[in-house]
Amino acid sequence: MSQSDAHIVILGAGHAGGTAAALLRQYGHTGLITLVGEEPVPPYQRPPLSKAWLKGEADADSLALKPLEFYAENNIDFRPNVRAEKLARSDKTVTLSNGETLSYDLLIIATGMRPIRLPIEGADLGGVLTLRSAADAEAIKAALGPGKRLVIVGGGYIGLEVAASARALGAEAIVLEREARILARSACEPLSNFFRDYHISRGVEFVLGAGVSGFIGEGGHVTGVRLADGRVIACDVVLLGVGATPNDEIARDAGLECARGIVVNLEARTADPSVFAIGDVTHRPMPHYDRMFGPESVPSALEQAKQAASAITGRAAPAPEVPWNWSDQYDLKLQIAGLPFDADRVLLRGDPATAKFAVFHLKGDQVQAVEAINSPPEFMMGKQLIANRKPVNLDRLADTSVSMKEVAA
Amino acid sequence: MAKITYIEHDGTEHVIDVKNGLTVMEGAVKNNVPGIDADCGGACACATCHVYVDAAWQDKTGSTSAMEDSMLDFAENVEPNSRLSCQIKVSDALDGLVVRMPESQH
Repeated sequence: MSQSDAHIVILGAGHAGGTAAALLRQYGHTGLITLVGEEPVPPYQRPPLSKAWLKGEADADSLALKPLEFYAENNIDFRPNVRAEKLARSDKTVTLSNGETLSYDLLIIATGMRPIRLPIEGADLGGVLTLRSAADAEAIKAALGPGKRLVIVGGGYIGLEVAASARALGAEAIVLEREARILARSACEPLSNFFRDYHISRGVEFVLGAGVSGFIGEGGHVTGVRLADGRVIACDVVLLGVGATPNDEIARDAGLECARGIVVNLEARTADPSVFAIGDVTHRPMPHYDRMFGPESVPSALEQAKQAASAITGRAAPAPEVPWNWSDQYDLKLQIAGLPFDADRVLLRGDPATAKFAVFHLKGDQVQAVEAINSPPEFMMGKQLIANRKPVNLDRLADTSVSMKEVAA
Repeated sequence: MAKITYIEHDGTEHVIDVKNGLTVMEGAVKNNVPGIDADCGGACACATCHVYVDAAWQDKTGSTSAMEDSMLDFAENVEPNSRLSCQIKVSDALDGLVVRMPESQH
């Protein structure tokens, strides 16, 4: 049997798995593709869940990567409401939660991540929610509205996006952050201060350095959050936004190497030549930074879907992409290119007071990463500078009267 | 509804009926037309849905926002008729629209 007739089983029907299935068909794979998903709906975009979806500006159809009929029309056997439970690599089978066993020629694991639930008192109360799926977003939407009080545990991007959406819906939003500043793990100090102030000006409250000791409730539903110092913050609903953990157990149990996620190469292939892994569940090479990492982003998932589909169909490997991501809050568009690995200084271009500025992370005179607020030129040119590792003049980079094209010239 | 012709860089044509209210980008992506990546899903954040709008249609596809202009200014292979297809809303007025794809979106 030639590779193009291979039966490809994709575990996980998220952004990564759905894109891999579609690209395999675009790239000419003719064999059966089985797409196994835990959710009731075909693959959809998750990023809008905390933004447009929550505010009622997007619906299920608009979020769907492809219409449902696409899968049957393209000989993609989409299996909703089922999850893979066991991988037996020696006989190339996967056992599903409905008891069925699937044989594969090639396997793509795209099982993503799940939100971390704090192991503290009351975490199982009704109204203590997380956000990963459309069903999660639906539950949050149903709980929000004018006068409702939402407590967000964790000042990360998901929490901040939901805070902005909650304000748009007329709800109160209180963000509790364990660290001394929000976005402590993902953004530099000038940026986290900027976001804090911007949210405060739109009515969001912050409690920083706040340890959460438990949730209190009545009749099985949350009514408040208890802090480590004994304070209780009353609320109608809680969103836990304290990070996510890769759903890599199926690979671990099958003896595949895992770090924080399944270890893959630039073909998105594991050490088992028949098993690929893509998306948030992976620990992947970052060629621009000579290390392994899990970027937890849609662009990375799409790049890996391309890598796997190219390797499987014999296409040339796609050129490595500079990692990037974005966040929309109120009228702010944050675009991030690169990762601040090995950076030895931070350079501010523009004035945060104008809500239009960029923070460059530099290693010597090379750009490692840029966080750009309402500043597409800094993002786009920063991305190119990261890709070509061209040294920049730091004085000119800090001077907004010198255009980004001139800086990079 | 508008009939839109998407032409890949290699000349392959895809004629698609796209519902009003969708964007030109969505019309391509939801029908698995190759050549429009749209990594950000239409947030005007990535410039990977770049197309060239045939001259006859430039006026009808509307004007560009400051954000779109700014993103396009730094994209690869930009021409005067370049647009980000996530920013073009489909309506009956676009029936017959022809867009061409660049060699690469990355």
